[in-house]
Amino acid sequence: MAKITFEDLKKIKEQYRASTTLREGGARAKVSVHMGTCGIASGARPVLKALVREVEDRDIKDVIVTIAGCAGQCTQEPMATVEIKGEPPVVYGKLNEAKAKEIFAQHIVGGTVLEQYTVEERA
Amino acid sequence: MVKFFRTHVLVCAGTGCVASKSIAVKKALEVELAKHHLEDEVQIVATGCNGFCAAGPVMVVYPEGIFYQKLKPEDMPLLVEEHLLNGRPVETFMYKDPLKKQIVPKMHDIAFFGLQELRALRNKGIIDAEKIEDYIARDGYFALAKALNEMTPEQITGEIKESGLRGRGGAGFSTGLKWEFAAQANSTIKYVLCNGDEGDPGAFMDRSILEADPHVVLEGMIIAAKAIAAHQGYIYVRAEYPLAVNRLKIAIAKARDFGLLGKNILDSGFDFDVEIYQGAGAFVCGEETALMTSLEGKRGMPRPRPPFPAHKGLWKKPTILNNVETYANVPPIILNGARWFNSLGTEGSKGTKVFALTGAVNNIGLVEVPMGTTLKTIICDIGGGIPNRRKLKAVQMGGPSGGCIPESLIDTPVDYESITKTGAIMGSGGMVVIDETTCMVNIAKFFLEFTQDESCGKCAPCRIGTKVMLDILKDICEGKGKEGDVETLEDLSVTIKSASLCGLGQTAPNPVLTTIRYFRDEYDAHIKEKICPAHSCVELIKFVVNGEVCKKCGKCVKACPASAIAWEKGQTACIDRDTCVKCKSCITTCPFRAIE
Ligand SMILES: Cc1cc2nc3c(=O)[nH]c(=O)nc-3n(C[C@H](O)[C@H](O)[C@H](O)COP(=O)(O)O)c2cc1C
Repeated sequence: MAKITFEDLKKIKEQYRASTTLREGGARAKVSVHMGTCGIASGARPVLKALVREVEDRDIKDVIVTIAGCAGQCTQEPMATVEIKGEPPVVYGKLNEAKAKEIFAQHIVGGTVLEQYTVEERA
Repeated sequence: MVKFFRTHVLVCAGTGCVASKSIAVKKALEVELAKHHLEDEVQIVATGCNGFCAAGPVMVVYPEGIFYQKLKPEDMPLLVEEHLLNGRPVETFMYKDPLKKQIVPKMHDIAFFGLQELRALRNKGIIDAEKIEDYIARDGYFALAKALNEMTPEQITGEIKESGLRGRGGAGFSTGLKWEFAAQANSTIKYVLCNGDEGDPGAFMDRSILEADPHVVLEGMIIAAKAIAAHQGYIYVRAEYPLAVNRLKIAIAKARDFGLLGKNILDSGFDFDVEIYQGAGAFVCGEETALMTSLEGKRGMPRPRPPFPAHKGLWKKPTILNNVETYANVPPIILNGARWFNSLGTEGSKGTKVFALTGAVNNIGLVEVPMGTTLKTIICDIGGGIPNRRKLKAVQMGGPSGGCIPESLIDTPVDYESITKTGAIMGSGGMVVIDETTCMVNIAKFFLEFTQDESCGKCAPCRIGTKVMLDILKDICEGKGKEGDVETLEDLSVTIKSASLCGLGQTAPNPVLTTIRYFRDEYDAHIKEKICPAHSCVELIKFVVNGEVCKKCGKCVKACPASAIAWEKGQTACIDRDTCVKCKSCITTCPFRAIE
């Protein structure tokens, strides 16, 4: 490959920042999709995949998409919890791919909670 | 664009974990991920040594930071299904605090990790050692860019001098001063060498750095080269470190590819390249002049100093030689400044030190602590104390050149000055914990056997002197010690220390001197009473069961391979000394130290 300059070093660092954030913390936001047997049965996997794709397509470096155990409210599955740094967590229920994408765009990127999909009171 | 993985599984692929089959664990993990179609979501990263070798094979799952230990390939189906698919971390594979009897899920909450301060090891277990991008993502080569584009050689040397960094290879000489001498030397050809010989028995600090983070060593060397105006470097690694050599090779190739080694580095006009030289593993080849002789293609023997390497080193050209860990400390100093570095540590010892903690301690592994941390913190808190409810007796520091620090000095802070005061040395970072079952005369004998064997033979004091000392120590351990032996050992030590050509001989008597200083009573017991208080020297063990101490548990009977012990429930065991083969299995097994 061509020899690199200091500018290139900075570019490489930026490209890999998502990895660094994931391993070292310091993410701006975290979405946890609740898996567990009932979560998966009701479609948590496609929801998770949709969120992962959002991060990838938008080339976002400071958001973590991860999984968590069953949230204990089977009728509301698939569920996901969005935690934005400095704000209380928001739990969403009865998700599908489209809703997940919408939440990603509006809440995680845009900062607006989509009340119509939330499950609990905002704790 | 870089692919996004929601979960990263960092599997330790350091030498320790590889030996406990971490590669098989990784393969099983790959199979399971594929089975659940998770390979696009979960990334597996093989890292260098994680440090907690006693718990291996280990694995850390991010973003949660969950630490799994003692894994087996057959654990992977459960782990993948539960944690990576269902989002339920699996307690069975987690670390359990031996004192609090509690499960500790997250790596950073485990005392072994939590009390450490990672600077030289900052990338260990968190990056893929074979991926230069992972290193760059953690500010890798940013210090180099700063040194090449924004700093003069004098500024680089000045920063290193001000930081207070001292050589981590053993002698603790000021790194900045060393560079300054070489920078001032007048020559168009100069060399930068890295000492990766790591000859101390039981030491694996440098190996772990090379395996986990090879680029940091390269970056440190290039910065040094700029500081002294050298254009060629060599890394001297023992051939017994195949994984380290391999990772270094990959790192050098990648760095060349990126133009971080070779001509016109980072478009700065500066040229430098590095080659690996594999040594055959002789201990003396770690000594600087012997290392250079070996690099020149000759038999690795030391030569007198002066001339010092800064003036006449490799091929009689000005040369600097630094240890692997010393170089690993350089990039962050350049990037964060001398003040950042020297804000940690004591008056004369700045920064951190990496230790290979081993011996009679629960958490065997690699630890990095601020200078000035007490031995007690390292052994009892990070190391988790002594196993089998035994008592701490001493700590051996500095390997064959070092000495034994007794339990009574456990509050000694670990810095160059305080450790030297005890008679031991900081050394390169070997730290062997010794419990009450170890004989101190035998320990001295062990280290002298090593140095005597490794003496290159060039100078008489070392070649002959260590042999004579060893013979006396052997006699003492076999019950043939004579009145006056200890004094003879002391006399010989003085001569060998002052008359030997290189550091090997000059320090070889240290293990003997420190054990005499702190454990003279054990020497006397061997010589005068012909007993070994630790019940360790075979010739001095009577192999009789002390009925007052024996708890009649019968464990010794099961341990005896020669069926030489007679015992019935509720009775004191009895050893038949004609059948006994003196293997000491009963002694190691007895929880009450009842066999004398
Ligand atoms: C017998 C003997 C063996 C040594 N072995 C090593 C070694 O394995 N690694 C090392 O870095 N230094 C070793 N040294 C110290 C080196 O001579 C030298 O001081 C050191 O590499 C300089 O680097 P530093 O200033 O960064 O510590 C040894 C010294 C002696 C006398």
